[in-house]
Amino acid sequence: MPTDLRINGKTHQVDLPDDVPLLWVLRDEVGLTGTKFGCGVAACGACTVHIDGEAVRSCQVALSDVWGEVTTIEGLGSPDAMAAIQKAWVEHQVAQCGYCQSGQIMQAASLLAENPAPSDAEIDEAMQGNLCRCGTYPRIRAAIHSAAQKMQEA
Amino acid sequence: MASIAKIARRTFLIGSAAIVGGVAFGAYYVSRPAPNPLNPGDGEAALNPFVLIDQNGVTLFAPRAEMGQGVKTSWAALIAEELDVELDQVRVLHGPAATGYYNSAFIADGLPGRGYDTGNFKHAIGEALGHLGKTLNLHGTGGSTSMKDGYKRMRQAGATARETLKQAAAERLGVERAQLSTAKGVVTAPDGTAIPYAELAMEAAKLDLVETGLRPKSDWRLIGKSQPRLDMAAKATGTAEFGVDVRLPGMKFASLRMNPRQGGGMKGFDASAAEAMPGVEQVVNMGAGVAVVARNTWLAMQALDAIEVDWEDAPYPAETDQVFVKIAEAFDDAPNSVMRDDGNADTLPADAVELTADYQVPYLAHATMEPMNATALLEDGKLTVWCGNQMPTYTQMKCAEEAGLESEQVDIRTTYLGGGFGRRVEFDYAVLATRLAKQMPGTPVQLTWSREEDMRHDMYRPGALARMRGGVKDGQAVLLDGKVAAASPVAQAMKRLADLPQAGPDKVHVEGFFNPPYAIPNFRMAGHLSDIQIPVGFWRSVGNSFNAFFVESFIDEMAHAAGADPLEFRLDMARREWAPAAGVLEAVRDMSGWTGKTAEGTGRGVAMCYSFGTPVAEVIEVVEEDGSIRISNAWIACDVGQAIDPSIIRAQMFSGMAYGLSAACFGEITFADGAAEQGNFPDYDAIRMHTMPTTQVQVLETQAHLGGVGEPGTPPAAPALANALFDLTGKRARRLPLMHDFDLLI
Repeated sequence: MPTDLRINGKTHQVDLPDDVPLLWVLRDEVGLTGTKFGCGVAACGACTVHIDGEAVRSCQVALSDVWGEVTTIEGLGSPDAMAAIQKAWVEHQVAQCGYCQSGQIMQAASLLAENPAPSDAEIDEAMQGNLCRCGTYPRIRAAIHSAAQKMQEA
Repeated sequence: MASIAKIARRTFLIGSAAIVGGVAFGAYYVSRPAPNPLNPGDGEAALNPFVLIDQNGVTLFAPRAEMGQGVKTSWAALIAEELDVELDQVRVLHGPAATGYYNSAFIADGLPGRGYDTGNFKHAIGEALGHLGKTLNLHGTGGSTSMKDGYKRMRQAGATARETLKQAAAERLGVERAQLSTAKGVVTAPDGTAIPYAELAMEAAKLDLVETGLRPKSDWRLIGKSQPRLDMAAKATGTAEFGVDVRLPGMKFASLRMNPRQGGGMKGFDASAAEAMPGVEQVVNMGAGVAVVARNTWLAMQALDAIEVDWEDAPYPAETDQVFVKIAEAFDDAPNSVMRDDGNADTLPADAVELTADYQVPYLAHATMEPMNATALLEDGKLTVWCGNQMPTYTQMKCAEEAGLESEQVDIRTTYLGGGFGRRVEFDYAVLATRLAKQMPGTPVQLTWSREEDMRHDMYRPGALARMRGGVKDGQAVLLDGKVAAASPVAQAMKRLADLPQAGPDKVHVEGFFNPPYAIPNFRMAGHLSDIQIPVGFWRSVGNSFNAFFVESFIDEMAHAAGADPLEFRLDMARREWAPAAGVLEAVRDMSGWTGKTAEGTGRGVAMCYSFGTPVAEVIEVVEEDGSIRISNAWIACDVGQAIDPSIIRAQMFSGMAYGLSAACFGEITFADGAAEQGNFPDYDAIRMHTMPTTQVQVLETQAHLGGVGEPGTPPAAPALANALFDLTGKRARRLPLMHDFDLLI
């Protein structure tokens, strides 16, 4: 039976088995490839998106369980109109290979929504599920602090 | 295309002649320009294969795989430096697979010698031999070579293009070329007339190229300064296209399961249940495995799980213990190489204290964040393959072989790489996608491996063993006598690439083993090759990744046996061998405030390795907290000769260390019933935000030659950490990963 999904402010109708994970609906059906497949078992965080603002691992959310509006990295901002956190990522030159960064940014955005001025320990706590094999962690931490400051000034 | 074996044989003759100085024929042949691969169309003038100018402006080609190391930005900066364009004015593309994009630094690194002892004469031979890369068709990215390769050639490309454009302007304006100046993509005459490069392109194309010298360092605008990375906005917005993001009209999604006993075949399979599953369109026999084509990747993966397969056995021992017994047998054979044999290592010098130790390190997976994948379309006798890869020309050749086509009929589109680390030097994923595309001509198909498939079908960092013997006297090392045994990535890669046997001493196997820049009077290092058939390949820093652990752990044992401070012990030996090696040790000593003493509950270790032309020293500090051990701080110093982009170098040094620490703490591939036991990140974890040390990096520029930066940060990480754990606990780590013997924070 077709399902209506709200993604980045638009409604998409998909006709797929109930158990197809949101990750694959986004990537292979809707064509939003900014959200990445890394492990399929919620161990790397590359597939992190928001549902009603909450960071979730989209590889673990079945289509039938999507309970609200989905926001992906594409919904956060675009190269011409970046969100503050994306600007901080550019300012700190965070990415190396870049594959994990959509998930890192979505996780960090959700952290900042809950906690506008996180400490290092709070960043550790929130971000430890997001793996980066290049080792961009120092700049991720710096970008989160920087985005927090900018968002408070704004 | 001629067969690779034939080209390689011809090249080896030339190469041998060039090494002994007989370069006449070889020099002519290997210096012949490669054909321009850009095939410019109407209104375009290709000044050389790295610069393209048309009405739309200037396009630079950085035909090196961007896998996070910033090569796209740094390569473009080298061209832009001399071309007088700004990086934000130009487009930078990877370009097609092409012999013209050969990597000249690959071969130079394979020359005999310790590396750091390279004088100018030998360095020049290395550069000349580098042109052999062209005849070997080595269009590739790896071995920390990109900047060594591009440093002069790309500036020359930019300078030649600039002067030729100026000549075109000179002829149009009737003035001397020397009177013209260039900046920001515009030629300006003394009277203020300004002509953009794009308007001169057609005229410049008709001229003979104007050769010119390179600008002095004092005039550089871009090199030596950190540039904003060209890929950053795309990577912060999810719009950078990786192989797995390629989307084509009518594209199907597929996944596969190959025999986890790698190299074993398939007796048969039953896909009846899978064929009836939702979204499944086709089940394909892949030879040693099976693929499912479906409406989306997940449905394909689900269907694969429902297929019963009868696998053949592996062509190697089925259990880890047996694997290492087999590797140890290589010690019984004559060594493949003894690349260092100074003094007399047979006899312990009088009054010296002798010590011995054996070490073992496991097989390791690359575990790139982006699992292996490729997209292929076979249509009208032409094959197009989209994938992140480090070796476009080999990928092209191997996909052509699979499809029964000539290389010219195969178009390789290289995307961003979601990590490479040496895994994407291989081409297996592209060949498998081609195999699938053959079954469905006219339909593009994307083949994505599950994480488990990726981890269980890798060309692993080989498991390795070392037997070390040393002698110390009066606080100094007087003897170092080591043997290493492992399978050879080079031997296996030569077989995979070209069905060529590996012949002669294997330098990669013993890199970091025979050439530590230490003066030790009796110093012999032997490499023993195992022919065990577990697939092995090029894992970030390759032989150095295990050899530095063996050498730098044992040096630490020798320092303690000698009653010396481990850092001062190394410094003394490095000062007598090669000043830049001493320089990086002094730098980490000063940065870390090394005193040789640590507080209760804190441990510090040091290690140094010279690899890919760059000496790197690291000090790692560990602390005991709440019953577990955390890596708290790290200090890294490297000497790269000339820093092209300091921010990228610092990022690469940290990245290399993080990769090395991840493996040292948690990384191992073990075997049961012939298959890798680890399949996903819960079994193969890495350093994360909360386990990452606070780190300072210092980039020195004292040595004479340009050093690589992508890999040299990795080798010192494991031994520096193991040495720190010894300092903290008094327990010597002689095997990895360390999580088995220490209670590490996870």
